Amino acid sequence: MMTWFNAEWPWYVAGPLIGLFVPALLLVGNKTFGISGNLRHLCSAILPSRLEFFRYDWKSTGLWNLVFLAGVLVGGFLASHSGSPHAINISPATVTTLRQIGIHDFSGVVPRELFTWNALLTLRGFVSIVVGGFLVGFGAAYAAGCTSGHAISGLANFELPSLIAVFGFFAGGLAATYLILPFVTGHL
Amino acid sequence: MTDASVPDFDGCGSSGADQRIRPAFLLVYLLLGVAFGVVLTRSEVLSWFRIQEMFHFQSFRMYGIIGSAIATAAASIALIKASGLNSADGKPIVIPRRPLGSGIQYAVGGTIFGMGWALTGACPGPLFALIGNGVSVMTVAVLSALAGTWAYGWLRPRLPH
Repeated sequence: MMTWFNAEWPWYVAGPLIGLFVPALLLVGNKTFGISGNLRHLCSAILPSRLEFFRYDWKSTGLWNLVFLAGVLVGGFLASHSGSPHAINISPATVTTLRQIGIHDFSGVVPRELFTWNALLTLRGFVSIVVGGFLVGFGAAYAAGCTSGHAISGLANFELPSLIAVFGFFAGGLAATYLILPFVTGHL
Repeated sequence: MTDASVPDFDGCGSSGADQRIRPAFLLVYLLLGVAFGVVLTRSEVLSWFRIQEMFHFQSFRMYGIIGSAIATAAASIALIKASGLNSADGKPIVIPRRPLGSGIQYAVGGTIFGMGWALTGACPGPLFALIGNGVSVMTVAVLSALAGTWAYGWLRPRLPH
């Protein structure tokens, strides 16, 4: 019975399941699916400041979403502790491409060359974790949305701002993939 | 998006209804979040490897996932609108729309976000799901993302939107 859960989910199962969170949140409480608003709520809650961007009632606006986010963390824990761990089955072409930039450990969900506490002290690890994280937070706040808020909720609602944002997501992603990552791994 | 004093719509997560939520509903949001964390993990979209595979155009998988997620969400929204359903709290369902403005914030902010997405190999949901998966160093990425969000709030009056 657990075989379907352990198997690699095909895209046509994974995608619709993700899409269903949009109507689920609308039906439960008229909420728009989007994760990155939580970064703003957390700033508002943890770092009291005079900045207007963070001066609002985060409890009434965002408590539901912070609770949802806490669930995401728990869900990640439960899913990784149930079922058998296995390497991510990426295409052979990607394995070849990544070997060329010095990635050789394909056993985990993320490469150990970049995402460990030791790697944090290397240029490539620092750029991947610290610089990357900063850009995620800055960019999502500036664009007023992330992958969930723009690419899924916004595009599904046919919003032009979201289409512009998603073009930006890919432009930036390609730039980082083809220029920044090879540069910081010393393989540009 | 020039009036920072209006916490109406932060663009990613909140909606028009600004009311305290009953505890029973919070439990539902918690369970939905758990389900989302499970889906992010088992579908592997939280994997840096999958994101690299996507940006190198070496597999249809991520495009299929994102495309079918949008299609499912769009069809669901159309159904909800056509049926005139209310949400469980008894209010008509409304989906706030972002103002377009000059579009600069979406183009520039989106590009900056995309760079971070490729570097961390994760967007905000997966960042948290990865911590749950035991990739504890992602807590640093989350703290850095909070710093980035704070930096935006600080620079906001000086940035073009």
